[in-house]
Amino acid sequence: MSDKNVMVFIEYNNGKIADVSLELICEAKKLASKLGSAVTAVAIGDKIATSLPLLGYHGCSKVFLYEDKRLANFTSVPYAKIVVETIKKYNPYIVLFGATTNGRDVAPRVASELKCGLTADCTDLQIGEHDIKDKVYKDILLQIRPAFGGNIIATIVSPESIPSMATVREGVMKISPPNMELTIEIVKEEHQLSADDFMSEVLEIVRKERSVNLKGAAIVVSAGMGAADEDSFALVKELAKTVGGVVGASRPFVDSGRLERDHQVGQTGTTVRPNLYIACGISGQIQHRAGMAESKRIIAINSDPNAPIFGIAHYGIVGDIKEIIPRMIKAYKNKL
Amino acid sequence: MGLNMIVTVKQVPDTHDVASDAMKPDGTVNRAALPTIFNPEDLNALEEALKIKDRVGGKITVITMGPPKAVDVLRDCLFRGADDVVLISDRKFAGADTLATSYALKCAVEKIGKYDIVLCGRQAIDGDTAQVGPQLAEKLGINQITCVTAVKELSDSFITAQRAVDGGHEIVKSKFPVLLTVTAEANEPRSPSAKKVMMYKNIDKKTTDESYDETYMTAGDNAALTFIKEWNVDSIKADPEQCGLSGSPTKVKKIQSVVLTASNTKQIQNNEQSIAALINELRAEHILG
Repeated sequence: MSDKNVMVFIEYNNGKIADVSLELICEAKKLASKLGSAVTAVAIGDKIATSLPLLGYHGCSKVFLYEDKRLANFTSVPYAKIVVETIKKYNPYIVLFGATTNGRDVAPRVASELKCGLTADCTDLQIGEHDIKDKVYKDILLQIRPAFGGNIIATIVSPESIPSMATVREGVMKISPPNMELTIEIVKEEHQLSADDFMSEVLEIVRKERSVNLKGAAIVVSAGMGAADEDSFALVKELAKTVGGVVGASRPFVDSGRLERDHQVGQTGTTVRPNLYIACGISGQIQHRAGMAESKRIIAINSDPNAPIFGIAHYGIVGDIKEIIPRMIKAYKNKL
Repeated sequence: MGLNMIVTVKQVPDTHDVASDAMKPDGTVNRAALPTIFNPEDLNALEEALKIKDRVGGKITVITMGPPKAVDVLRDCLFRGADDVVLISDRKFAGADTLATSYALKCAVEKIGKYDIVLCGRQAIDGDTAQVGPQLAEKLGINQITCVTAVKELSDSFITAQRAVDGGHEIVKSKFPVLLTVTAEANEPRSPSAKKVMMYKNIDKKTTDESYDETYMTAGDNAALTFIKEWNVDSIKADPEQCGLSGSPTKVKKIQSVVLTASNTKQIQNNEQSIAALINELRAEHILG
């Protein structure tokens, strides 16, 4: 075994380990097997020990656990200081965080204190090499992310500072099936925080279960500004219901207030890869395409034959949504 | 009571309106082909500071780091009601990643000295990292509230703000000093005031080395600025090693222009027969149930 361990910052959502943390454990497992090392985790909270075997089932071999009732809710300074302490004590080679609101809140503080590189919102991670002048760095983390509004894909490295750190976009890495025979070593840790470190007081938390599960949907029917009138949007919803899909939307459509943010597909929303994606009245800006281009089949419906969405669609239908969708619904129902 | 606020802003290429000449054939960004704009969420940060000033009074100083041309966004800040503006510009800052950027901003904030709240836009549209705010807070040794969607309560020693979290929101209370990163949802930025545009449309920058208090505190309230301060590495007492490329642990290994797989799009005619054929084809492939 090498000592180039991969550490994952564990997040909780309504008392449960967040999906993104399990995605990261599975991704960390892949990286660790290339490095010949192990996956570790840092878990912070109050009364969370019973949740930890699940990390083991997905391939994490050791978790550093910090429990304190003052840590029950996420707060920036205490969480960042604990992650820094853990990194200094155990020297991981790579540290991964979910690119969630809280992951992106804590990771930069950690990187700043350790003067380490940090890459935001990665969509792919690889192990590779990089040379600077005459020196070749082997087995380093290649951090791959869209940049510049999604117009470019950048590969970022930080070979001269260890650990390499990245936040990773939710829903991009896959969760592999758990293996209930795997066990995890739970290491209870004592934090070094003082009362002054608890600078924030969380007065209220409102977290709803997501109103829609876009990530897991096999069929997504999405509305854009070309389907913004009441009748067209009603048809989009009816089509989704008919074929057993969920309703997605472009960012402008969500910004217009017709749907909640949970429905947004794209770079700043959810990344989806369903079997079928039906884009209704979506022009297909790069930020939107970045979140759905990997769908198995894409049908684009738009009145503008030059809309960029047609560039990545498998099937294009140019015309009026109010004619096309009823025809699709009719054709689908006819065969049942 | 009056609060001292510092707002950080950035001039960015307009990535939302990218034309085909925006990428060079080698896959790098052709910055010259892109118009520059005021980073959208930095306008929200400025607006939130102006709203706080409207409520309880105070002073707003805006900092930007960038090339000389970045004075444009500082002028815009003056048009909208900022009290003072500072450009940090030096070749030694070039090539900075978020760590080196937050270090330079920290040195500038410390030169200003007195502050209760630092406000940053949540993220800039050229990098979308959302890292500089929290890194600046860490370097200043102060607390942070990120993704702020509303400021609730204000007193002379603490602030209560609502922040967006995945699937909802939370209300957080913090003592001063604190750094906020502000989202587009927080407010609707006000327009420039015609009077201030007249007052400041020709204001230019001037390199200055004096301590901040001498030039700022003596000006008094509502006194018009006569120039935009420009500071360099030396005047903010920054260690050149920690600035720019040499202070940046992250390196760009490779840049690829996004070429989305141009699948052979099959044109389906908008008539009942063609659409029914498409639905049947997808059924046959078990794409549709």
